[in-house]
Amino acid sequence: MPDAPGLELIRGQIEQDHPGAVLDSGFEHGRASLAIDPAHVLPVLSWLRDAPGQGYRFLSSLHAADYLPAEPRFAVHYELLNRDRVERLRVKALLADPGENELPEIDSCVSLFPTADFQEREAFDFFGIVFKGHPDLTRILLPEDYVGWPQRRDFPVGGEPVTFTYNERAYG
Amino acid sequence: MRQRQLRARDVLRGDLEGEELERYVEEKVVMTNFEKMLGWARSNSIFPLTFGLACCAIEAPISLVTARYDLARFGAEALRASPRQADMIILSGRVSIKMAPVVRRLYDQMLEPKWAISMGACSSSGGMFSNYAVVQGADKFMPIDLHIPGCPPRPEAVLYGFTKLQRKIQGNPDQGWRTRYDAHGTEEWARGGPRSEPSRAASEAYEHARELIGA
Repeated sequence: MPDAPGLELIRGQIEQDHPGAVLDSGFEHGRASLAIDPAHVLPVLSWLRDAPGQGYRFLSSLHAADYLPAEPRFAVHYELLNRDRVERLRVKALLADPGENELPEIDSCVSLFPTADFQEREAFDFFGIVFKGHPDLTRILLPEDYVGWPQRRDFPVGGEPVTFTYNERAYG
Repeated sequence: MRQRQLRARDVLRGDLEGEELERYVEEKVVMTNFEKMLGWARSNSIFPLTFGLACCAIEAPISLVTARYDLARFGAEALRASPRQADMIILSGRVSIKMAPVVRRLYDQMLEPKWAISMGACSSSGGMFSNYAVVQGADKFMPIDLHIPGCPPRPEAVLYGFTKLQRKIQGNPDQGWRTRYDAHGTEEWARGGPRSEPSRAASEAYEHARELIGA
């Protein structure tokens, strides 16, 4: 993991090439983390992968999150790993909620990391985040005809009341 | 012991007569009717389907058939790997909405008479998985003959449930599940619906066959 000056150095170098790309940087639970503007996700990731001295060539995980009361609401997390120095770096792309019937969009990074293919499909499956440029963005775990994005925080917990006596009283 | 063997030999030779023969018959022969005998045989030769859904599968098909609990005592040790050879399916665990059609297909592939046990809280009511992914009770999509509560049920509880199922089978309920649960008219067609010609012909043939055997 890059230490605090190293993280600031990375941030400064990215901002030189892509002004406005990095929104925030810091350590979350002891993990170095960069919050970036989703419009710059591909340049930032390819810079971290290819720039000399960086070498974060391994995408160990890609996942989405829903921070509902917070704004921007969604985030796509890229957990990068430099396998030479065993350094880990989290890149968070913060996505605003585009509104009732629209889905948040971000560029797909399958072209940079082929492993992102299934993981982006999973994020799409559960959070409804559209990855532009993905070769086959379909549901991966839920049934194809499923309606809704069940891991979002405003998705109802679901299920049905079981007919225990206290449920009988509550639901009639 | 020796005396009994000798007496059995005498019976086979036809040497036993009169009062002695009557006493022998009273001791050795049980009178019953054919249905009862058939139900007894049926209930003691159940072939369960080798099938596990979730954690209950560790309890049911795996530990039950091993030596400690030994389902073979109840005549159900022959687990079949194909639903077409099986009489009983144990739903051992939660059924997700994606798995439900598969389970239903397995059940439909089994031959009548067939029995289904819903084992544990998850397959009976959804259990702790009250969420978007799990069917809230397997009897929403297939008939269940027996529910065993528990999370997971002890193997003893499953054995007790199994003996209950045996008693049910000995009671000789109707062997076709649609008649047993008054579910005629719930047939599903892959395409075309009930109005499509092949399906209706098939259903008429089915009804005709049932009339012929007097069911």
